[in-house]
Amino acid sequence: MIQPRDGVARIARLGPPLTVAILAGPILAGLAGTILPAFGYLPALGGARLTTDAFATLFAMPGIARSATLSLTTGLVSSGISLLLVMLFVAGWAGTRSFSRVQSMISPLLSVPHAAAAFGFAFLIAPSGLLARLVSPGLTGWTRPPDLLVLNDPAGLALIAGLVVKEVPFLLLVTLAALPQIRLTETRALAAALGYGRIAGFLYLAWPAIYRQIRLAVFAVVAFAASVVDVAIILGPNIPATLAVRLVGWMNDQNLSMRFVAAAGALLQLVVVLTALGLWIVVERAFARLREALCARGTRLRRDAGLRHASLGLMTLSGGIVLAGLVALGLWSVAGLWPFPQPLPSTFMLQPWMETLPRVAGPLATTLAAATLSTLIAILLTLLCLLRERDTGRTGGRKALAFIYLPLIVPQVAFLFGLQFLFLSVGFVASFSGLVLAHLIFVLPYVFLSLSDPWRAFDRRYEAVAAGLGKRRWRTLLAIRLPMLARPILTAAAVGFAVSVGQYLPTLLIGAGRLPTITTEAVALASGGARRTIGIYAFLQMLLPAIGFAIAIALPALLFRHRRAMQS
Amino acid sequence: MNGLTLDAITIALGQRPLLAISARVAPGETLTVMGASGSGKSTLLAYIGGFLAAEFSASGRVYSGDAEITSLPAEDRHAGLLFQDPLLFPHMSVAGNVAFALPANIKGRAARLEQAAAALADVGLADYGDGDPATLSGGQKARVALARTLVSEPRMMLLDEPFSKLDAGLRAQIRDLVFAKARAAMLPVILVTHDEADARAAGGPVVTIGEDA
Amino acid sequence: MNRLFAAATCLAALSVLPAVAADPDPKNWDAVIEAARGQTVYFNAWGGSPNINSYIEWTAGELEKRYSVELVHVKLDDTANAVATVVAEKAAGRDDDGTIDLIWINGENFASMKEQSLLFAPGWAEDLPNWRFVDFETQTTIRTDFTVPVEGLESPWGMTKLVFFHDEANTPTDTLPQSADELLQWARQHPGRFSYPQPPDFIGSSFVKQVLSEKVADRAVLLDPVDEASFDAVAAPVFEYLDELHPLMWRQGRAYPQNYPAMKQLLADNEVDIIFAFNPAEASSAIANGELPDTVRSFTFPGGTLANTHFVSIPYNSSAKEAALVTADFLISPEAQARKQDPTVWGDPTVLAMNKLDADDRARFDALDLGIATLAPDELGPALDEPHPSWMDRIEDEWRRRYGVAN
Repeated sequence: MIQPRDGVARIARLGPPLTVAILAGPILAGLAGTILPAFGYLPALGGARLTTDAFATLFAMPGIARSATLSLTTGLVSSGISLLLVMLFVAGWAGTRSFSRVQSMISPLLSVPHAAAAFGFAFLIAPSGLLARLVSPGLTGWTRPPDLLVLNDPAGLALIAGLVVKEVPFLLLVTLAALPQIRLTETRALAAALGYGRIAGFLYLAWPAIYRQIRLAVFAVVAFAASVVDVAIILGPNIPATLAVRLVGWMNDQNLSMRFVAAAGALLQLVVVLTALGLWIVVERAFARLREALCARGTRLRRDAGLRHASLGLMTLSGGIVLAGLVALGLWSVAGLWPFPQPLPSTFMLQPWMETLPRVAGPLATTLAAATLSTLIAILLTLLCLLRERDTGRTGGRKALAFIYLPLIVPQVAFLFGLQFLFLSVGFVASFSGLVLAHLIFVLPYVFLSLSDPWRAFDRRYEAVAAGLGKRRWRTLLAIRLPMLARPILTAAAVGFAVSVGQYLPTLLIGAGRLPTITTEAVALASGGARRTIGIYAFLQMLLPAIGFAIAIALPALLFRHRRAMQS
Repeated sequence: MNGLTLDAITIALGQRPLLAISARVAPGETLTVMGASGSGKSTLLAYIGGFLAAEFSASGRVYSGDAEITSLPAEDRHAGLLFQDPLLFPHMSVAGNVAFALPANIKGRAARLEQAAAALADVGLADYGDGDPATLSGGQKARVALARTLVSEPRMMLLDEPFSKLDAGLRAQIRDLVFAKARAAMLPVILVTHDEADARAAGGPVVTIGEDA
Repeated sequence: MNRLFAAATCLAALSVLPAVAADPDPKNWDAVIEAARGQTVYFNAWGGSPNINSYIEWTAGELEKRYSVELVHVKLDDTANAVATVVAEKAAGRDDDGTIDLIWINGENFASMKEQSLLFAPGWAEDLPNWRFVDFETQTTIRTDFTVPVEGLESPWGMTKLVFFHDEANTPTDTLPQSADELLQWARQHPGRFSYPQPPDFIGSSFVKQVLSEKVADRAVLLDPVDEASFDAVAAPVFEYLDELHPLMWRQGRAYPQNYPAMKQLLADNEVDIIFAFNPAEASSAIANGELPDTVRSFTFPGGTLANTHFVSIPYNSSAKEAALVTADFLISPEAQARKQDPTVWGDPTVLAMNKLDADDRARFDALDLGIATLAPDELGPALDEPHPSWMDRIEDEWRRRYGVAN
């Protein structure tokens, strides 16, 4: 075997250990910082002995089993519905014009922050919300909002719906990224020739390969949905709330001994997430069995038009809900008094905008600087890892993938509090470098995941040709591979940028409030329920990622405007 | 002029042996390697060219003239490659593709572009330098790929079914052009193909590897 | 091992040395002002209200101009986060360069920080130059924060009193309840039109305390810490009351607004008819901001409603104590207090005594138009003392146990 000894290879060797250190180090250290107080060890609060008292208190909390179950069920059900919807939609429509239409409607929604989407959704469906206003009093006879439990219902249905509309864009995009792995047109033709319905053919022939590709991303969705805080506060049940929401409440309890219970709760949250993933794997197997059984029986499901149109309708609805919610928020940002049942505000005012805009400069600068820096570092590390992957073959990459997904699967609350403590001890809290590092933990996985597929799919014969022409590896990298991958690299950067902009808990804890970003400001204002200001900040929160994505699309289009093959 | 010597080369994927070959190719001569798809004939070119993927294991030596190149990195082996696809760099102009391949000792932008233009004229594409490679026809692309390879002053040419995607009329034309240029430059050539007509046109010795097990 | 030992030795050595940086002495005010110059104060204060945020911004501008002090508003969604930060810093041994210099605080958070010795030296608040204007004689809550002695550990900032709001257009004034019992009666007649934020939200818990104060047989027991032995008997009337009220509430008590602003939105959206707040001018400023219709009015219970004071306090490990003192002093200056009481700015009642002010300063307050929906000070009704903080904790626990899990 020829081990490359050039400079690129030498530098690339640093990639994987650095990446693993950045991802796994803070998470493991943070987990330790959570586990110790859970077992009673936190000298500053007088906990010097190891006890299980915190767990006893935790399990004696009223409704704790219900809260944990709620986290589990809302997480599983919302992920299940989202994936099913995306699967049926891709199966039924991939490659059609309707598909591209829905895709172009839904893709930008990925950059909408969760809290903003949830607020918009809440205002849409509340009994006093936009939908009720549009049909009242005309159709309903309501002159006052009806007393209906639509939001915050004890079963978490509103929460599930809110999670679904936000998870669908993400799952659709990861599925789209996996789609080139299969030969869509040929597969479709083959299935059709054998008399299979579109959905059945796709599920039998293409889905297993796609699912293998997106499986870890789906796990990340399950883990996120089972431990989400902001969306659950806005849409989730109150009595009791989901575990993650109560957990953050205990962290903030004025009775400081509740910190121990919160730490124990964070571990319970970890168990809930792991259980959710375990159950998900069981469902996965059952689904695969079912598919195999149907396939073995030759079930062709030829009359799937109803199902196909339902999936198209639901996808459109899901995207439409988020868009309409955003429009509603936008309206609120300029609304004066807006009493029920008026479908539009009775007065408009720009005052909230005028008051807010001068105030955003500082947070905006912090947001931009942290996002730019963490994204650049993430891109660099990702490139090094991917370069290294080539030198070692792909087996190493598979194992590293587990580390890459670690920050997406371990619930944030389970390790961030411990991490904050760790950073405090080394004077890293409230420092800009600490903030960038904290963001990097979450930016890196997304950048790696968006870039690795196009990177691996790159036709390496181009590099062989360049090497055969006598070009050094770094020159091949700079002159051939990087320019040809300009679009996916910029897209990955835009994704990383968006992720950084959206970070709330890490910014709050590691920035110690001294490094406010657009997102921490938005959530602080959201606690005051001021719909107007929420509308403004949500707008800004969406604007930044949108600009990032616009650059990722426009820049290569401009640079390579005379090169047709670089346009798609 | 340097010939190319393959000394007891074996390539395996994990535990599965793919091929074993020893051969000597004289300057201006073409060795045709035939084998069914999946027989590993492309990995032979990868091994000689120095870009064998890490999952393959291989042994044996490669000599260019008297110099052993087995442990040299790909960029020091100067193996001109032509694949099924022309693999023109899509972000460069036609002339840019050719100029990129010029050796570093040709200095100056104007001088390099002039050389590139001359090389394009040599394959009958004198007016296409400023164009976008994506707008060329299949035959034109193949010519640009050939011009690009030749200007890099290779010590050998490795051809991986380079004609298989061209339609029949064009195929003979490009094939003749490639072999003519290779002979004129006195380059040793290894051609990997499963097309008997290619083997005949090459005119040199033929070995068949990886008989279907 | 060696390094650990060395570190331990260092710590031991440090602990017997006197504090390196001498703490400021507000009695020597000129020295404080001099030292404060150029310092930055990180003021941790709830950031959920655009009005209050603007007011703090104005304060920052004035401090910069007058004292070259930079004030940075760290916007919190919950004051307990700031307490948590100081706790974490103490745990990490960050004893003299903490990230928080001033906290907006009262009640449980104060009690908790006082008990944990997380606050800057006692007495400083009453040594501030502007303390001479503070109305501590008649406003007893200025020196006793939820029954806990303040001891000059926090400086008063504003007065709060529980006040109810309704929309005249929907709820005529003569139908309004005059006590907790009448509120229950009103809810029977108007099911689904009242709610309160879910405890442990501060405002929601305060509503429960208001009911407690009205329903308890002997109000005096509330001034002492909870006695576990008698708690069930003392609190029984409260939970009988809530048991009856909840099914008559908005969403039958199966969902709650998260906090006051959410409840205010319910009134604006016409989902409920009666809400309440801890700031008598809140309705007027909401009308001014277009958040509530101009038909909203205030009322209180003639028998009295809860009243308290909110404060600012300095953590023991603040790195800018001088500038924090200057800020606290500026916040109780007549000029800053008058501006704060202006309903178009914030509308938060002053902690100053009018009779201690000179004529010019008094004129600033007299000139204020308190707003159409704000009750005059003499219409606010009697003030009920806040119970000891342990009642809040205990009541919240009991609330969670009884109502925190729906059947």
